[in-house]
Amino acid sequence: MIDKFSEFLLVHKKLLLCLTLALTAVFPFVFTSQYVIRIATIALMYVVLTLSLNLISGMMGQVSFGHSAFFGIGAYAAALTVTRTGLGAEVSFLAAILLAGVFGALLGLPVLRLKGYYFTIVTMVFCEIIRIVELNWMSVTRGPLGIMAIGKPSFFGFTLRSQTQLYFLAVILVAVAYLVVHNIMNSRIGNAIMAIRDDELAASSMGINVFKYKVMVFVIASMLAGLAGAFYAQYTGYIDPTNFSSVKSNEMLLMVIFGGLGNAFGSFVGAIVLTIIPELLRGLSIYRQLIYGGLLVLLMMVRPQGLFGSVNFKYLGQRMGMGAKEQKGGETK
Amino acid sequence: MLLQQIINGITIGSTYALVAIGFTMVFGVLELTNFANGSLYMLGAYLSLMLYLATGNFWVSFAGSIILTGAAGYLIERLALRHLRQKGAPKLSALITTLGMSMLLDNLVMICFGSESKPFPNKLDFGRFTIGSAVVSYTQVIILAVACILMLILSLVVYKTKLGKAMRCTAQNMEAARLMGINTNQIIAMTFVIAGALACISGTLVGMYYSSIDVSMGSMIGMKIFASAILGGVGVLPGAVVGGLCMGILETVVAGFVSSGYRDAIAFTVLIVVLLFRPSGLFGKKQINKV
Repeated sequence: MIDKFSEFLLVHKKLLLCLTLALTAVFPFVFTSQYVIRIATIALMYVVLTLSLNLISGMMGQVSFGHSAFFGIGAYAAALTVTRTGLGAEVSFLAAILLAGVFGALLGLPVLRLKGYYFTIVTMVFCEIIRIVELNWMSVTRGPLGIMAIGKPSFFGFTLRSQTQLYFLAVILVAVAYLVVHNIMNSRIGNAIMAIRDDELAASSMGINVFKYKVMVFVIASMLAGLAGAFYAQYTGYIDPTNFSSVKSNEMLLMVIFGGLGNAFGSFVGAIVLTIIPELLRGLSIYRQLIYGGLLVLLMMVRPQGLFGSVNFKYLGQRMGMGAKEQKGGETK
Repeated sequence: MLLQQIINGITIGSTYALVAIGFTMVFGVLELTNFANGSLYMLGAYLSLMLYLATGNFWVSFAGSIILTGAAGYLIERLALRHLRQKGAPKLSALITTLGMSMLLDNLVMICFGSESKPFPNKLDFGRFTIGSAVVSYTQVIILAVACILMLILSLVVYKTKLGKAMRCTAQNMEAARLMGINTNQIIAMTFVIAGALACISGTLVGMYYSSIDVSMGSMIGMKIFASAILGGVGVLPGAVVGGLCMGILETVVAGFVSSGYRDAIAFTVLIVVLLFRPSGLFGKKQINKV
């Protein structure tokens, strides 16, 4: 069924793409409810996070359980820049990206040499370390009180105040993230990291500098997560360490896997669907997490590779005689 | 003071070690990071308490809880993971399944018993004695003794019995083990039962030690188990024991002398530093890349 659907997507790709873009553009004017726009904005922020995590975990095959650490670092960097210095969003976003990138390098340089599951657990542990530091470094992060009253993002003096404006900022961030991921995947780096994912030893014997590419992509993905964090801090106006726990990391990874590892289109689907489902289940309050867990187990039983995990849009496009240039998402094994 | 911290550390570390052994056994056989392990630990403690409140006899309910938690471990394997293995699903999907199972268990317990922490009867409270300036309670001695005995029994089972041999075979090469007539599914189910039972014992002991249990105890210990297991080297039983003890001692000493807020952060940082110098953990064998 998914295969049929993917073919359908490819055949009507141009039309669907135009429709999606049009829908994205008119969305806040059609659904004027603040609540709906808010969910859409948060979903878009998760798309950025999921795309960047998919870059590490799906396309490079290094499963990270610590992505929310970088999300948190970005959020705190932006929040501190705005509240302490009062500089505009262009500075705070840059600070968030840079700081997340620095931490990405700090973690990546030693840890990316570790093998598969060691890497997985160390990223998880790193996320916890960052959360504990955020929780205890009272003089900077205000610990469990969190940072309040973070100003809305203002670019060169123009402040984005309404939900609709912030929604479009999120759309721009998604576009940036998608372009970054798309360009990486269609370049030498993309080929290199896919080779690393499929067989590290074979890749290195083909002359690929495995470690260099791993660190490079890890830092880029951390920066994207930092970007999402900066947006989150200034969008909600309040952050505290509970927002950046390992639970959030797991959520992000679930989105990636739900959509399909290594598939950029899947990341969009995963992030959007898994942001909406908990909202729909909100009425069930205490049963929500239970149902969520159950759904997860069920999905893995029915489709262990995620929704679009086994769909290779590039290959599908070629087979259908549409040329390799036409594909939309990334690719999978 | 230092002695006191070390004694407390050994006590709490030996409970980590127990759970970490179960975790590392499952890992050895399936190469699977079992997220549900912490939930089983919490479930075990809750079942012990609930059976005790229902029956009034603590030791009977402890035994019943061990059996039930073992059964829960078995069900996770039987209902979900075996199905995935037969499908030839990627390893990551098994990991996500255990994550989902852990959410299911945590929330099920929370819905059934409430999220507030519950008082736990300490049936091992036989007083305390002093060594130098350190106060040691008999609860601590018994916890350590139980942990040691269990570790000894498990090592004997794994390294001396036919079942243990079958486990090690399955861990080395599942295909070959099956060809040699080993019922690998049964062996895997067995490791899950053992992991569940150990988690239950450890959870109940910790419940008695702290005289209270709550739903989040599973997720709190989860990461420490992973850390203990990889500190010692995953898949190696003595490694899990040493890793667990090290984590426990490190944690209490840091809490006592440096800062209780940064306790876990420092313990985890030490883990990362150790991995930099010994990438396969303290006792892990160096992996050779085969083509």
